[in-house]
Formats: sequence, structure tokens, C-alpha cells
Amino acid sequence: MLHIVACIKQVPDTKVIKLNPKTNTMDRTSAPAILNPYDAHAVEEAVRLKNKYGGIVSVLTMGPPPAVKAIRKCIEIGADEGYMISDRAFAGADTLATSYALTKALEKIQKDTPIDLIICGKMTIDGDTGQVGPGIARRLDMPPLTNVNKVVEVNKEEQFAIIHRKLEDGHEVIQTALPCLFSVEKEINEVPFSPLPHMIKAARYKPTIWAVSDLEDVDKTQLGLKGSPTIVSKVWPPEKPKGGEILDGSPQEKVEQILSMVLEKKELFQQHKEGV
Amino acid sequence: MGEKFDVIIVGAGPAGTACAYTLAKSGVSVLLVERGEYPGSKNVMGGVLYRKMMEDVIPEFYKEAPIERQIVEQRFMMLDEQSAVTFSYKGMEWDQEPFNNFTVLRAKFDQWFANKAVEQGAVLVNETVVESCIVEDGKVVGIRTDRPDGEVYADVVVLADGVNSLLAKSLGFHKEFRPDEVALAVMEVLKLDKKIIEDRFSLEGNQGCTFEIFGDSTKGILGTAWLYTNKSSINIGVGAMLSGLIKHKIKPYQLLDYVKNHPILRKYIQGVEQQEYLAHLIPEGGFHSMPQIVGDGVLVVGDAAQLVNAIHREGSNMAMTSGVLAAETIMAAKEREDYSTATLDSYRVNLLNSFVGKDLKKYKDATHHFEKFPHYFEKYIPMMNKAAGQMLTIDGTPKKDKQKKIWKEMGTAGQKFSMAKDAIKAWRVMK
Repeated sequence: MLHIVACIKQVPDTKVIKLNPKTNTMDRTSAPAILNPYDAHAVEEAVRLKNKYGGIVSVLTMGPPPAVKAIRKCIEIGADEGYMISDRAFAGADTLATSYALTKALEKIQKDTPIDLIICGKMTIDGDTGQVGPGIARRLDMPPLTNVNKVVEVNKEEQFAIIHRKLEDGHEVIQTALPCLFSVEKEINEVPFSPLPHMIKAARYKPTIWAVSDLEDVDKTQLGLKGSPTIVSKVWPPEKPKGGEILDGSPQEKVEQILSMVLEKKELFQQHKEGV
Repeated sequence: MGEKFDVIIVGAGPAGTACAYTLAKSGVSVLLVERGEYPGSKNVMGGVLYRKMMEDVIPEFYKEAPIERQIVEQRFMMLDEQSAVTFSYKGMEWDQEPFNNFTVLRAKFDQWFANKAVEQGAVLVNETVVESCIVEDGKVVGIRTDRPDGEVYADVVVLADGVNSLLAKSLGFHKEFRPDEVALAVMEVLKLDKKIIEDRFSLEGNQGCTFEIFGDSTKGILGTAWLYTNKSSINIGVGAMLSGLIKHKIKPYQLLDYVKNHPILRKYIQGVEQQEYLAHLIPEGGFHSMPQIVGDGVLVVGDAAQLVNAIHREGSNMAMTSGVLAAETIMAAKEREDYSTATLDSYRVNLLNSFVGKDLKKYKDATHHFEKFPHYFEKYIPMMNKAAGQMLTIDGTPKKDKQKKIWKEMGTAGQKFSMAKDAIKAWRVMK
């Protein structure tokens, strides 16, 4: 029986979030907390593999108590079990400390039911680094496979999996040993409208919540802010693109106007030449 | 076959949630289905929550619920184009526990309230639309949702799906409402600094005030405008009977723009930042428009049952009371294991005997009367403004001459006689 764990995170919806104009940091109260969109695809892929091969899907997250909501969302998608590590000691973690803490939780989960496959989203929309997945794989000494956009086969008996990795100009087909870790692209699947029984299960669901003291062999210096070597030296909002121009006139006139505007931008063509 | 609950409640507004809370607290298994992203995300009201009926559900709720301000002043404005006659009551007894009423933001409050029901054991499912009731042998036995495997069953289904309840309609409990049975309300939530609100409306700390604005605010159409203070925002809105809007060819947002730019009102909302824009239908048909509210295995509560007292802008309180009464009836029915119309009918009887039924009966002709005779709003409010303006303008005219002039301007003897008749008629429908 396959045991697949999806690592997920609750994030502020960056489509609506506001920046604090003084510090340029995200004002997290200005946006609703949602399941990281890439992670929804990770859970969905785990559920599809479970439906295909049989097995169970667990989800794991680290976060403050309200992050239970993100776990419930995963149960709606079809996950079987949810685990959360939540403790003040985890606060302020960068990707290094986060992957350490999640690894400790995975080791604990593993004791009950060995893990065959870990699936993460490609990255979170609030951090955009994509480092936690590979960090976990490294710590657990399993192969990390990033940018996965298709799972062809998972063979528990013979301990291998075949996947596609997205490349800029195509894809790469890889056969890997199990257990391993995938971080997946959005196009790997579409998350369907959840069936009602899943919704009811999710509404009732109470995940297992662990504090630091529940985990074993934890080196506390590697947790939270203390365990985070990342230093944010400066935060600034991306430059706003200049507003566009709306052209008037008949289609013919508009085409002429836009052509002359494009032709005026000589640097566009120069760059192209240099590129060649 | 889908899971079976004791009770399914459709709609997590004040009526549905009060019902769910009461049932769950007594150990009844309850599924509460909400179409919005979360309870409150689609719910709209002017913003006043009445303490008493909410306390019947959760005593001392105000100690933890997300309320905005306790109301200590209620102003009633009779508005003309360039003037207003205002009556107000401000009382410090309303500033103390247990308070009188509060302003709330529904998106926050409803979410909190629904979570209290969940704490009692109710199962809340959001983002799910109930498409129809499952009816077997004339008895409602469950619901069909828009989700895959979307059927779920119960002994009783409570329809709390709001004004224009499609489910009650599909059961044949009521027809499409007429334009003179519903009001259309539009409202904006305007962000304003807490301190500025307190200075502008003479409030201290968490005190709040409300304005109800009649007359020119709806250009004489039967309806009202309102302005309520939240912690750091203001609700300003206007609602008018749909039939009046159609007749006068006015769109609700035009009325709201007019109110926001009115010379008497615009200063109150100076310097605000628009935060939200909301629109909603309000069932204002009153007692005469009440649909069938009881059937075999089914009850209708709240707006879906047209439980709104338009004259006193009450609705959410009636909704909660109806939710509680429905829950009590269901618990009694559960003991007898009989969910027939005859047993469930005690809900209707109890509702009519409660303040809800009594108030709806008392005002059963009021809105219809004012709707039929628009001059109460169109004529008498400007007249009142003119009289007050003349009386209070000091220009050397002796007061007796002023009174004569005002009296004369009120029209001929015949016109005065019909005014007196109007006054008597108004008294009759309101008494």
C-alpha cells in the first residue's frame, strides 16, 4: 500500500494582499489565508495516485493554529489524514529551518507508516523560493525531482517511479528510485470540484497537531528564527509598469498607429540583433 | 446513498445558524450548508444587531462576538432637498451592559456565530449550493447539492436560504414575489479613521450611533436611507420598494449617490475610502406576504419566510427567533419521531404567538398603506421642513403671523381635511 505525504502551506492570497508602505512587508491581515495553489495540485496528484494504485494520502503542514483550515481543504480534495506542527519555536523559520522541522515531523509519521512518496507544490506564492521540497529530500536522503508535470508510473513493488520534468524547451523523462520527493507544476492536473462526502468529512476533521516536544531528536538551534541563516536586507515592491495607452480609430488606423509605435522602439530590434 | 443527519439547514445566516446552534447544543446531528465561501460572505443587512434575540441564543454574546459599536444614539431625520428635521434619542443606559443594540459587520459576525454552532457540534459545509429538496411521497427527506455525490438526507430540512427562497418556491410554498413585496437595498462600507468617527458623531470609546433618514433620501419613494457607525468604517445605504423604484425609473445606486452628495449628509462621510459595495433584496411584504412555512419534513425560517418588520427595520432578530422556534419544534418532533406537517405545525403556531407574529400582524397594512399613498413621503416631509424653517427663522415677523402663514401654506380647507384623514389612517395602520 502506497503512503504518499503531501507537504502543504497556508499562505496569504497574494492576488489581493497589500504591502505596508513603510516597511514594504506584506500586511498579512489584508488578505484571506488560502491553501497555497501549487500545493492543491500536489494533494490532487497524491489523491489520483492513491485512486490508481491504492494507498493512503497524508498531508503535513507547519503553521499557526488557523492553518488547520488549509488541512481541511486538503481533506476536501481527498486526503485521508492531516498532520500539523505548530509551536512558537517554529516561528520565523526560513526555508532551511522549515525543511528541518518538516523532516522531523515526517520522521515521526514514517515510524507508523513508512513513506513511499512525498509531493510538494513547486513553490509557495508568498515566498516563491521552491527550496523547502528539495531541502526535505536532502535531509531524508531521497532523490528530489523538481518541476514535475506528469507522473507516468509509481511502482511500489519494484520501488521506482517514472515522471516527466518540465524543461524550457520540452520535458525530460526520468525513472527514479522510491522513496523520493516530487515538487509539482500547476499543469500536472486540475483540481476538481470536491464531492459532498469529502466536504462533510473535512468539516468534521480534526488533524493531529504536534508541538516541538512531540517530535523526537530535535536540535532546537535549527528551529525557527534561530535556525534561519537567511537575512532579509531590504524589501521593495516591484516597479509598477507604466500605464498602457488606448488607441482610437478604425482597425486600420489602429494597426498603423501601433506599427509606427513599435518601429520607434529601436532598442527592441537592437537587443534582438545582439542576442543573435 | 448519502449520509443521513437528523436535520439539514440550508443557509448559515442568522436564522439558519440560530437553529443549528440550538439543535447542536442539544445533541441533535446537524448539517449546515452555506453557498458562500464562508458564512457572512454573501449576507447583507444595514448593520444593526438587536441584543435581546441574540442573547436568547447565546447569553452575553457581546463579550466575545465581533461587534462594532454599542448604539447609544438613534437619530431620525426627515430630509428635504436643502434641510432636515431631526429627532434623536441618546441615552447612557445603552452604553452599559446588557446594552440595547449594536452595529456589526455581517461578514465577521456571521462567521463568528456559525463557528459557535460548529463548536456545539454542527457540521458546516461552505461553498455548496443546494439545488433542490429530495421529496419522496410528498415528504422532504433530504437535499441535492451541486457537488458530485451531492445528495444527503435528514428527518427535517430547514430552509434558511434567504429572501426569494428558491427551495421554498420549488416546493410550491410561494410564488415569485411581487415588486411591492420586496425592497432593494444598496449599501457602501466606507473606511474612516476611528478617531474621526468618534469626533464627528460625538462618541466616546466604543459608543455608536445610527441615522434613519426619510423623505428626500429616497426622493419620496417608500423606503429609507441609513448611516451607521462601525469601529473604523461607516455603513451608508438606501433601500426602497422595488415597485417604487420601477415607477420612478430610479436605479438604487443613483439614490445612494444622491444621498452621499446631499448637502445635509455629505459632511458626515467626508474623507472616507470606499471599502465594500453591497446590494440585497429585503422581503418587506410583511404578514400578508408570508408564504407557507411548514410542510412534511420541512420548515422555513428567516428572510425565506418573509420575517421582516420594515417599519422598525427589524429582520435579523426575527430571523434568530424563528430559527430557535424551529429548533424547539424539531426537538419535540424528534422525541415523538414524527416529522409530519401536523407535528411541525407547532412551529408556525409558536411563531405567530411570539413577538414576530404579533409585530408582523400589527404592521400588516403599514407598508402597503404608505406605498399606496406616497404623499406621506413626498408631501408631508417637505411641509414639515418648511414649517420648522419658518418658525425658527428670526426675521422680525411676529410668531402669530408666522403660524398663520404656515397654516395658510398647508393648503385649502379641503386639503387640510384630507391631511387630517391621512394622519388618522396612518395612525390606524401603525397603532
